[in-house]
Amino acid sequence: MTRRERYEAQQRRRSLVIAATSTITVLAAIYFLVPLAPGWAKVQQSFFNGETLIKTFPKLLEAFRINVMIFAWSAPAIAILGLLIALARDAKSPALFPLRIFGAAFTDIFRGVPVILTVYLIGFGIPGLGLPRPWNSPYIWGTLALVLTYSAYVAEIFRSGIDSVHHSQRAAALSLGLSERQVMRDVVLPQAIRNVVPSQMNMLIALQKDVSLLSFIGPVEIFRQAGVFKSLLANFTPYVGAAIIFLIVTVPATRYADHLMARQMRERR
Amino acid sequence: MSKMLALAASSVLLLSTAAFAEGSCAAGKTLTDGKFTIATGNPAYYPWVLDDAPESGEGFEAAVAYAVAEEMGFAADDVVWVRSSFDEAIQPGAKEFDVNMQQYSITPERDQVVDFSAPYYTAPMAVLVSPNATGTAPTLEALKGLQWGAVGSTTAVPKLSSIIQPDNDPLLYGDNADVNAAMSANQIDAALFDLPTALFLSAVMIEGSKVIGQFPADESDNPDQFGMLMEEGNPLKSCIDEALAALTDSGKLAEIEAKWLQDSTGVPLIK
Amino acid sequence: MPKLELNGVVKRFGERTVCDGISLTVEEGQMVCLIGASGSGKSTLLRCINLLEPIEDGAIYLDGEDISIPGLNLQSVRARIGIVFQSFNLFPHMTALENVMLAPRRVRGLTRAELQPEVETLFARFGLADRMHNYPDQLSGGQQQRVAIVRALAMRPEVMLFDEITSALDPQLVGEVLDVLLMLKRQGMTMVMATHEMGFAREAADKVCFLDGGRIIEEGAPEVLFDHPAQPATQAFLARALK
Repeated sequence: MTRRERYEAQQRRRSLVIAATSTITVLAAIYFLVPLAPGWAKVQQSFFNGETLIKTFPKLLEAFRINVMIFAWSAPAIAILGLLIALARDAKSPALFPLRIFGAAFTDIFRGVPVILTVYLIGFGIPGLGLPRPWNSPYIWGTLALVLTYSAYVAEIFRSGIDSVHHSQRAAALSLGLSERQVMRDVVLPQAIRNVVPSQMNMLIALQKDVSLLSFIGPVEIFRQAGVFKSLLANFTPYVGAAIIFLIVTVPATRYADHLMARQMRERR
Repeated sequence: MSKMLALAASSVLLLSTAAFAEGSCAAGKTLTDGKFTIATGNPAYYPWVLDDAPESGEGFEAAVAYAVAEEMGFAADDVVWVRSSFDEAIQPGAKEFDVNMQQYSITPERDQVVDFSAPYYTAPMAVLVSPNATGTAPTLEALKGLQWGAVGSTTAVPKLSSIIQPDNDPLLYGDNADVNAAMSANQIDAALFDLPTALFLSAVMIEGSKVIGQFPADESDNPDQFGMLMEEGNPLKSCIDEALAALTDSGKLAEIEAKWLQDSTGVPLIK
Repeated sequence: MPKLELNGVVKRFGERTVCDGISLTVEEGQMVCLIGASGSGKSTLLRCINLLEPIEDGAIYLDGEDISIPGLNLQSVRARIGIVFQSFNLFPHMTALENVMLAPRRVRGLTRAELQPEVETLFARFGLADRMHNYPDQLSGGQQQRVAIVRALAMRPEVMLFDEITSALDPQLVGEVLDVLLMLKRQGMTMVMATHEMGFAREAADKVCFLDGGRIIEEGAPEVLFDHPAQPATQAFLARALK
């Protein structure tokens, strides 16, 4: 071990000890001080009630299956529509001008309106026109609302991905005699999509959480189920249970997205 | 906001003469001395409160509130109204009202977190059906086949799953307005409400809908009884219970119920 | 009839005139080198010939046919004229083999299997036989540039354009790429290249053109232009370049 390595090892040990000590101090402070707060007993009873958690957790988990289901069919639809919108907005041919206008209006509108409003308007509004069952199901129209909103965001990310592909790639492909369409399909899009995978991962995580907004128009997913328990038991612990279930899914996904993002930053450098 | 309202109201009242009996049960036990602060929903609905204006004393809950206040020795001017959501009411911590009246059903679980007064109304549950389902017979068998909806925060939810046990999972909503919207969109056939609310919705909100039956209050294992909600351990509870007992004995409570909820009879029982 | 003929080509970017009336003839099998300082219009001229940039005025003829008529089918012309860029511009998401096969498959409508023998021969000829399945980032600069040349050749072009293809390479890799050009010349390929490699231009070119300010100031056989430049601007440039 050289002199420098010894020094660096010592520095590492030192920072490790400092980090461990400060973490333990903070945790201990939370653990010991929070219960001293005058309202703690009531807060614990209302938010962190072990008995209530055990009683409600299985039903919450079951309700979460609805979230997973809605997520599973929304995500591919969003990817496809998002990509089409992105392509429509970049269409160059004058015949496709209406498509460009449509793409621009689409992204402006659905990014500008809160998701919950879109869910309400489409979820109650379109079935209100008099569609027969099962075509007026809140699952169908609620999903459509999510798909429209998220496609608008996803389309913009795809566009930024398309812009991120260097123009020399286009020139090289055109010089070989490929058509504009072939250049887009074979050269630009594969690179663009790869470039935006981390950003799209973050959209997926956001979508996973926003699926809960469908509860406003009827489906009893985890958020609504927790709300039902909250009302019946006059206790907020079921919400904490729902939060735990969300975290179990979203924390690994978030870490993975961050990992992809970091790797891409390294590659770009 | 409600605190400021209460403050503003109390400062106004310092100028007028407070006709409050010092020796009464409630003395020193209310949020603001000499005032009785009552919370209601935002908005408050017919027939519980008329025109969202509880100060008028019009509507069943508004009328009960003023009767209880009078019984406890408060002048009508000493009653202060505030608004609150369901969640605010059951949150731990200090409350910004003495009592909260918005058709809270008394349940043992809720009773652990907050206190309830003695019941001021026993509400039968009733079935409201959409215009497409008005032909449904008022039998459990026929009701099972309908697509159900309810407000997720009410005791209608456990009632649905324990008594009706519908074939399809019910759809649940945040408030009455959303249940209306779902029924108008033909996404649900039927919804469970307390009877007065069901009657109001069918008469005013959803054209062509109909209340086809009610569950007898005494027949279900735990009838829905509305109580005034207050902070756990509120010393005012005994005073309010006393006042309600007096109103029941004198027949005043029944009189108020007959005046504001008279339509509640005449809906067939579900077999 | 010359293979390639430029007649008064003008190219502007906004207010800036990059090619200011350039005329040039390239005979079949000739190698023409364009020299001149950066920004003299060499690269832009090559991009105009490949129709990557529309020209404002003048005309470009390939086998006597005007290919600069506005509205002409660009793809069919580009398929006949190959271009290789300074920065290689390989497609990073494809292997070397896929890079080379993409255009013949799409434009010539051939299958991978049909292309396999022809492409493998090309890879072998350019010393890349064991690199076919590598991705660009697994190749050296010289190898990447040779793959780029193979990619252009796979379209069986009649004319090849080279835009300073050795400028981005480490000095020790320049030789392997220039050797490839000599090989192409022996095979009779018609070539136009912009270059800073004066030694190579002098040795291999049939004709050298000196560009300055978007014009061809002087052109001629390499030994004439390099040893007895007539124009003061050419003299000054060569004095700097050969120092």
